Amino acid sequence: MIRFLAWLVAVIVALGAMLAPPPAHGQSGLPPAPYAYKQIDDPVKEEQARELMHELRCLVCQGQSIADSDAPLAGDMRSQVRERIAAGETPDQVRSWLVDRYGAWVTYDPPLGPETFLLFVAPLLALLFGGWLVLGRLQRAPDTERETPA
Amino acid sequence: MTSEADKPARSSWVLWLPFALVLSLGVLIWWGLSSGGESRLVESRWIDKPVPEFDLPPAMPGQPGVSSRQFSDGKPRLINIFASWCIPCRVEAPQLEALRDRGVIIEGIAIRDRPEDLARFLADHGNPFVGIGADQQSAVQIALGSSGVPETFLVDGDGIIREQIQGVVTAEMVPEIVARLERMER
Amino acid sequence: MIAELGHAMLWIAAGLALLQIVAGIFELRGRHIVAARPLAIAQGVLTMIAFLLLIWLFVRSDMSVDLIARNSHSDKPLIYRISGTWGNHEGSMLLWLTILGFAGAMVGLFEKRLDARTLTATLVAQASLALGFFTFLLLVSNPFKRLVPAPPQGLGLNPLLQDPGLAFHPPTLYLGYVGLSVAFSFAVGAMITRDVGPAFARAMRPWVLLSWIFLTIGIVAGSYWAYYELGWGGWWFWDPVENASLMPWIAATALLHSVSVTATRDALRTWTLMLAVVGFSMSMLGTFIVRSGLLTSVHSFAVDPERGLYILGLLAFYIGGALLLFGLRVGAVAESQRFNWMSREAALVLNNLLLSVILVIVLVGTMSPIVAEALGSQISVGPPYYNPWTAAFALPLVAVMVLGPLLRWRQDDGAKVRKWAPLLIGAIVITIVLCLIFAPGMGILPLLGLALAVGVGIVSLAPLVGRNLRRTPLPVWGMVFAHFGVAVALVGMATESAFIKERLAAVRVGETVEVANWRVRLTDVRPVVGPNWTAVEAVLDVQRGNSDVETMRPQARTFNQPQTETNEAALKTVWNGQLYAVLGQSAGRDEQGRERWQLRLWWKPLVWFIWAGGGLIALGGLLSLIGRIQPLRTFRGNKAAA
Repeated sequence: MIRFLAWLVAVIVALGAMLAPPPAHGQSGLPPAPYAYKQIDDPVKEEQARELMHELRCLVCQGQSIADSDAPLAGDMRSQVRERIAAGETPDQVRSWLVDRYGAWVTYDPPLGPETFLLFVAPLLALLFGGWLVLGRLQRAPDTERETPA
Repeated sequence: MTSEADKPARSSWVLWLPFALVLSLGVLIWWGLSSGGESRLVESRWIDKPVPEFDLPPAMPGQPGVSSRQFSDGKPRLINIFASWCIPCRVEAPQLEALRDRGVIIEGIAIRDRPEDLARFLADHGNPFVGIGADQQSAVQIALGSSGVPETFLVDGDGIIREQIQGVVTAEMVPEIVARLERMER
Repeated sequence: MIAELGHAMLWIAAGLALLQIVAGIFELRGRHIVAARPLAIAQGVLTMIAFLLLIWLFVRSDMSVDLIARNSHSDKPLIYRISGTWGNHEGSMLLWLTILGFAGAMVGLFEKRLDARTLTATLVAQASLALGFFTFLLLVSNPFKRLVPAPPQGLGLNPLLQDPGLAFHPPTLYLGYVGLSVAFSFAVGAMITRDVGPAFARAMRPWVLLSWIFLTIGIVAGSYWAYYELGWGGWWFWDPVENASLMPWIAATALLHSVSVTATRDALRTWTLMLAVVGFSMSMLGTFIVRSGLLTSVHSFAVDPERGLYILGLLAFYIGGALLLFGLRVGAVAESQRFNWMSREAALVLNNLLLSVILVIVLVGTMSPIVAEALGSQISVGPPYYNPWTAAFALPLVAVMVLGPLLRWRQDDGAKVRKWAPLLIGAIVITIVLCLIFAPGMGILPLLGLALAVGVGIVSLAPLVGRNLRRTPLPVWGMVFAHFGVAVALVGMATESAFIKERLAAVRVGETVEVANWRVRLTDVRPVVGPNWTAVEAVLDVQRGNSDVETMRPQARTFNQPQTETNEAALKTVWNGQLYAVLGQSAGRDEQGRERWQLRLWWKPLVWFIWAGGGLIALGGLLSLIGRIQPLRTFRGNKAAA
């Protein structure tokens, strides 16, 4: 069983490695997309784009946002984001356009849904439960040492 | 010390709660590990949807490009996303040739490629494509929800994307792909 | 021979750990043998020798050892051959075990305050931890395995790890992680003997402090490393590996405060036990997440999913076992003191509650992608989730931090709060008003962060007011430094996120670009050769306003073994921030055929406050630790006299 799982994992990792271009020869020589490393002129829109790019996950590097990656595909996505926002789309439109294609995986802002409800419920449950425990440990009756209340 | 201090603390389900929580966390991790950890492959969600509209210029001068308007001509086909700089694509090339030889229409989308590199690639590994579009900024790749090279999409005769294959098309997959495309023809 | 010697040491140490468990159990059953202590010391020493031998093999680049052939290269500078020892799975596991053995030996040598029976039980728990990881190391990941035939060269170390800061980052973090094992063993020991009280808490406190200091340093250093090494200027990504180090830190911070309550007021007994178990559990979970490849991360270097299930088994055994013990035994631990809502301990309880909720947020956020995958979908959890959710509880936590130190233990009449209130409210209101006037577009979170930071900054000094500073106990100084550090770090975080300026440009040699009030001129781009890399280096003349021109040299490096590209950012630090410059790829040529280069420039106001604050927090911990250890001698002297 464990051997099979290990094998499975190795295959998946190898597949992933194949999909990601190896750095030595896997880069194309083309210059990056126009807005991969260039800001749009309107500072308000650039700020919107910057914020959004920090919330979109890079498809090939996976542990980083597209704003934090030198991968060519991340650069192409940055360029698209900037171009779309410069053309007047809102960040939410751009985000949902990408979510339509890559699923919720592509956004670091998880949407509320059955598979994410724990994210939003667990902290509140923890607070309520913890609060209940704390109330149980408060002194019930006034202590003999107690001074006049403040 | 107050009189309460020597009484036993609460002995209730509360004390077992951490154990239960950790148990469920352990089960989750066990499941996660045995299914290979967080998936490294991001699947396209643009399945069973029409091919997004695009019109890519030819990647090779004098040869056809790829336009989404051709896609609803009743014939099912493959869209192959590749690049000359992609090493697994070389591994995939013979299978694409085999598919072409069995009558499959293959549209090529070359990602971030240069004509001279592409010409060398096609000379070395064959050209199974009816047309190759130059996707210089991965725009079509992103519109399809594709996250790497090589990737292959199966498109039916109405121009609806039916399936995505991530990574290399292997020799074993060739007959299956042919069969699926034939089924789409009806 | 050296490899075989090291391997033998590990087997003997594992045998000693087993012996330590057996002897300890006999001791607990009332036999008069005093073996657990010396065995713990011997086991720790042997493991350390084995680890030193492995380092020696790496230094000599002995390629006949499989591990070294796979992870080192004889061309590497000495320091990276040494740090290569723990830059891989087997070596890092041996480091983990070495620290575990070291911690056990330290307890055996120095722990004098703990009740003898509890100490024995503690050492049994510590030895069982060691035994599990010994079997894992010896059976599944032997670092001393030979490779026949030996290759002439090794495969090399991940170039991102070739950085002096990072070379010593994992050991620091491990000292923190594994240091919490002592608190865990203390808790298990105390659950076995049911002896929990102020004396126990006082004995445990220095150990918690020690590992908390290392965790703090490890996280702060790791954050700074990510900041300058990854080349995009981010200092916290909410990446699984970062979260893995943050979770034990949160638990340890909570434990540090709850153990004080137990030590001073004999309250929160069971809660302190619980946190000690949770703290080390989070450490093990952290190591596990990093090592198993369960979650994808920027920082996963020595991933090995094959052994994941084995470690998971160990984890389940120890954490599950401790919690089972908790469920079975804690009901019989005498109930601790209750507390009044207007008191120091109430503030500390609130601190613990909020920290626990933050811990839950980080834990759930980190594990959610796996939950989603079990339900058949893929999600990502990142800053848009973590930032508002943690802030929603961290800002109240900071508010509690403002009030807590003003309250007395047991019962407070609010006099001190009333005394400080005008100054506090005034300072907070002024901060908010100033921000609204000078930065009307500022986000609500940075605004609140800044305002509360000012509040904490002021109140953190309150414990010193009206005291003779030379006679103020060190733990008080520790608290002042740590709380002031939180304020400093918070100011840095809020300012950086609200006022960062970014400039991306494609620049020809001779061209000037501006970011904030800096002028940056690209004067030259030239090749540079290092020991095992080549680089393109940009020479930037930077000038702020009318001040002197200074030079910055960011590089784009290509390492030889294995071939990898990295960005070496250049930083210019001034009192109110840092200019951060990165050289990217060539951006092609302009119309006249002159080459243009991508420059990424950021002005990050007050960004270094973040790590300076972190440093102050760690320094505060150190002062407290010294203060807690110092009175030990006099304390023991009194006891002997009595």
